[in-house]
Amino acid sequence: MKFKAMTAIAALLFAPAAFAGGADDDTLVVNGDIEMTTKAPAPAHLDGALDEIISGWHFRSDETQQLQTDDFENQGMIFVDQAMDIWNTAEGSEGKACADCHDDPADSMTGVAATYPKWNEDAGEVRTVQMQVNDCRVNRMGADAWKYDATDAISMEAMIASHSRGMPVNVAIDGPAAEAWEKGKEIYYTRYGQLELACASCHEENYGNYIRADHLSQGHINGFPTYRLKNAKLNGAHSRFKGCIRDTRAETFSPGSDEFIALELYVKSRGNGLSVEGPSVRN
Amino acid sequence: MRLTAITAAVALVAGAAFAETVAPDDVVYGEYGEVNESLTGVPGDADNGRMVFSTKSKGNCVSCHAVAQLPDVPFQGEVGPELTWTGEARSAEELRGIVANAKHTFEGTVMPAFYKTSGFIRPGDGYTGKAPEGDLPPILSAQDIEDLVAFLLTLKEE
Repeated sequence: MKFKAMTAIAALLFAPAAFAGGADDDTLVVNGDIEMTTKAPAPAHLDGALDEIISGWHFRSDETQQLQTDDFENQGMIFVDQAMDIWNTAEGSEGKACADCHDDPADSMTGVAATYPKWNEDAGEVRTVQMQVNDCRVNRMGADAWKYDATDAISMEAMIASHSRGMPVNVAIDGPAAEAWEKGKEIYYTRYGQLELACASCHEENYGNYIRADHLSQGHINGFPTYRLKNAKLNGAHSRFKGCIRDTRAETFSPGSDEFIALELYVKSRGNGLSVEGPSVRN
Repeated sequence: MRLTAITAAVALVAGAAFAETVAPDDVVYGEYGEVNESLTGVPGDADNGRMVFSTKSKGNCVSCHAVAQLPDVPFQGEVGPELTWTGEARSAEELRGIVANAKHTFEGTVMPAFYKTSGFIRPGDGYTGKAPEGDLPPILSAQDIEDLVAFLLTLKEE
């Protein structure tokens, strides 16, 4: 008891300093046009776990932040351009391109990234954007499915996301999606691996703090796919989840697994109210 | 360096003499999470403890804890409390227990257990992301922990 009381006191003393050094107060406007909501009241389903939800953009340096304000500086947009080429190119036994059914993605894909992962009634499952794209590729185009988070797949996801930039994330967590959401929540709070760390250990309990050279964010995925300076490519949310779980000295789950689909839905829902930023730029 | 080498040699001899390393599953924690008995019977080497504290492939303690006495170590973390005064505030027994498995001292703490080999959820083979082939080794050896405790006890405000 004595030690617990001391811990509580230490935590109180520590907390104000830690959070004071956290997120900055800058505002994000992309191309001088798209005004991003990067801070918002936490959604009710977080039950007070966070007071405010804050985009990971706020935890990055000014130099990194700047790169996301202009599509000519955002190297993630190079992959968006490549995905447009794919969009317009016929593939598979049916000789169809995405554009043959969906025309201009600037119209047809608006709002998609804001509401995925999403329950698909016909399939009877929660689907991510990549799963939906693969469904089209296999069943409508007669083309091969893309491997999860492979370059073409993540580029297409980024292109689709780019047409929702500035719109609030708003994934449904009730009704038929509730089961997957609960599963994702359980994963979020499970302390995996030899280091016994949960997503929450860092991104809920310690956001704003430095863990060695890295500044911990709240771990939202409203900015995914994310162009990381660290590896100079687009990174999918599932691949990022895998990297985090690996770093707890755990046996990871695989991109595209039921576990990561559920976790994507749950983590995305924690950011309900933040703007879609994908493709964002992070370090 | 020469002195350190001699100390290490003495430590090895002493270790062979006592030779009773306490296995991770056999560590006895007290009411407040303290561990009274040395894990090796060999006195800790604070110099090696400093290395364990600062080195990524060893304890990597500095990832989360800042220490004013290590100004040459960059990027000190702030996830855990600063340890600049911990040698004044804590006994060897308390520090040994906290390093070995802090959850006995601070319920629910984020801090990993550095001398524990069982009871994990989906443990991996180091940082490979794959399941381990055999038994997991503890993150730090028993002597590394004794050395780390010796280093932590030197942390006092001058």
